[in-house]
Amino acid sequence: MSPELLFIQALNGLQFGVLLFLMAAGLTLVFGIMSFINLAHGSLYMFGAYFAAAAYQATGSFLVSVGAGFCGVFVLGALIDRCGFFVLHRRDHLDQVLATFGVVLFSNEVARMIWGASPIFMELPESMADSISLFGLSYPAYRILIIAVGLVVAVGLYLLIERTRIGMLIRAGASNRSMVAALGVNIGWLNTFIFALGAGLAGLAGAMVGPILSVQPGMGDPILITTLVVIVIGGIGSIRGAFLGALVVGVVDTLGRTVMPFVLRQSLDPETANTVGPALSSLAVYVLMAVILALKPDGLFPVKKR
Amino acid sequence: MNTRQHAAAVALAMAAGSFSGASLADVRIGFLATLSGGGAALGQDMVDGFNLALEERGGKLGGQNIQLLKEDDQMKPDVGVQAVQKFIEKEKVDLVAGVTFSNVMMAVAKPLADADITFVGSNAGPAPLAGKLCSKAFFFASWQNDNQAEVLGKYATDKGYRKVYLMAPNYQSGRDQVVGFKRFYKGTVAGEVYTQLNQPDYSAELAQLQAAGADAVYAFFPGGMGVNFIKQFKQAGLLGRLPLLTASTVDGTQLPALKEMALGTLAGSFWGPDSANPASKAFVAAFEKKYGRIPSQYAAQAYDSALLIDSALKKTGGRVADKVALRNALRAADYASLRGAYRFGPNGFPIQDFHVFEVARDAGGRVSLKQVGTPLKAHQDAYAGECK
Repeated sequence: MSPELLFIQALNGLQFGVLLFLMAAGLTLVFGIMSFINLAHGSLYMFGAYFAAAAYQATGSFLVSVGAGFCGVFVLGALIDRCGFFVLHRRDHLDQVLATFGVVLFSNEVARMIWGASPIFMELPESMADSISLFGLSYPAYRILIIAVGLVVAVGLYLLIERTRIGMLIRAGASNRSMVAALGVNIGWLNTFIFALGAGLAGLAGAMVGPILSVQPGMGDPILITTLVVIVIGGIGSIRGAFLGALVVGVVDTLGRTVMPFVLRQSLDPETANTVGPALSSLAVYVLMAVILALKPDGLFPVKKR
Repeated sequence: MNTRQHAAAVALAMAAGSFSGASLADVRIGFLATLSGGGAALGQDMVDGFNLALEERGGKLGGQNIQLLKEDDQMKPDVGVQAVQKFIEKEKVDLVAGVTFSNVMMAVAKPLADADITFVGSNAGPAPLAGKLCSKAFFFASWQNDNQAEVLGKYATDKGYRKVYLMAPNYQSGRDQVVGFKRFYKGTVAGEVYTQLNQPDYSAELAQLQAAGADAVYAFFPGGMGVNFIKQFKQAGLLGRLPLLTASTVDGTQLPALKEMALGTLAGSFWGPDSANPASKAFVAAFEKKYGRIPSQYAAQAYDSALLIDSALKKTGGRVADKVALRNALRAADYASLRGAYRFGPNGFPIQDFHVFEVARDAGGRVSLKQVGTPLKAHQDAYAGECK
């Protein structure tokens, strides 16, 4: 395998990681600060993609479609938190898992009823559909845009949480919610804001992948599982952990899919390599998670205990 | 008093008897398809196609009133088996038709065969049922799973492609498709990649593909995977640069989500909506009028299944009790099929032509499939010889 190809694959891993970060940031915020496990996070991602596709079909503007994905799911997140999920905040984790899993099934059927069982149309505008040449291999320009958006969101979240008043309240609420409430802060609305922000980021991720993936019912389910792996590896509740964990998972998954079969083909006969390779590479991320949990049960970058 | 009550009861029983007698004279067909979950688009098209044939004939097939009982297998073999048992034991159906996915087909084959139920398949055609586990009561109005890959293998050989790169998801059907392609492809394999089932992102595989220096690509990505793959193949600047031969990747359920993005992709199938066959033209026009979309091959297969049943019931005068006569009538395949005339092999799979289609604009400017060749004529599957 040439160094150029390895570089391209690392770039692919980075891009996948950045996308995972958009998902993981919301999930880890909600879990870390509100102690709320939301399995329906993948459904919010799905709705982001659907909202973006609908907006794109209506306007033909890519910017509007991304805006619709983020804002639409931000509002949706605020609504479902106010209209039901807030009851679950005080319940134990098993109740939360069961209830939000029900929401996953419900959401998939709702999407099917509104938009049909077949994938719906979403494309890139001509201006962004080009590919650029890297070391003689063509690489889609849009993937570079995904990386850029992910990095901007990461910096933005850092500034929001570390440098603003609302970020200070979020951090304070995570440490001691009754004390913050006693100081006159409406912790209920603060939680709703956090939930809606996390939902909006999932919606943004959905909107960003709309042009490269199939927009269909249930599209959020596979990525939710990988996202859970990311926050476990990164350390639950930590934005920094989510960011670095997402990059680690993205790169390990991509290189596992490409380098592992290559290495196996050098040592085994092609028939066996073709059988064993795909099986092993799909395990790579989970093996990584098992090893990290064994060595560092709190994840790579746990939240500092206060 | 007692006698009057008795008489009333007898009258009631007789009335009920004559009523149920009338409904028993109807032919009862159980239609099993995947109508929820990720594969629902295919199953819905099958139901729509079958219903269209029924409606055109005033709810009758072969002049007989049809009671159509629909069940959803959710793409789960155990749910499919329960539905089939309900058809057989509770609903007492005369025929079972449909079945979308091969995993469900493999599971329901045994209960169907054990109960000696006549079956008309409308999509799934797994290899074991064409070979060792074949049944004289099963007729597939569709095709054997390997066929769509085989026709592309033949096409690649005819075109003189020397290094083809093969890609499929890592599960039974994906591996079968690669075997089918290789059966008719005489060049070298530049690479063989098996991706995870339902993998969304193919950027890593596409980078490898470019580095492999292939002169064509064969891909099998059914359902949403196909939409993902084609979008990303196009965005990597590969569509148009490398011939892309596909099976179940740009079919009628996926094209509406891809439109112009898929232009130029090649696909193997037994039928396409541009067929010049008069029966097919009438079907496509009627389907578009009723449902407002171009029919997929799954709709065509189910419609064709209904026509096949129609022809057999006509021949037997609607008598379904004589199973041998009914099956002989089905085996004759004596009707105006959408694909043109074909005959059944000993395993109940059609011996038929397979075409290659290109994704192109139709006369109305919509993105659809256009036939570009027929590499395999009167083609029989590779397993028929194993059917004893």
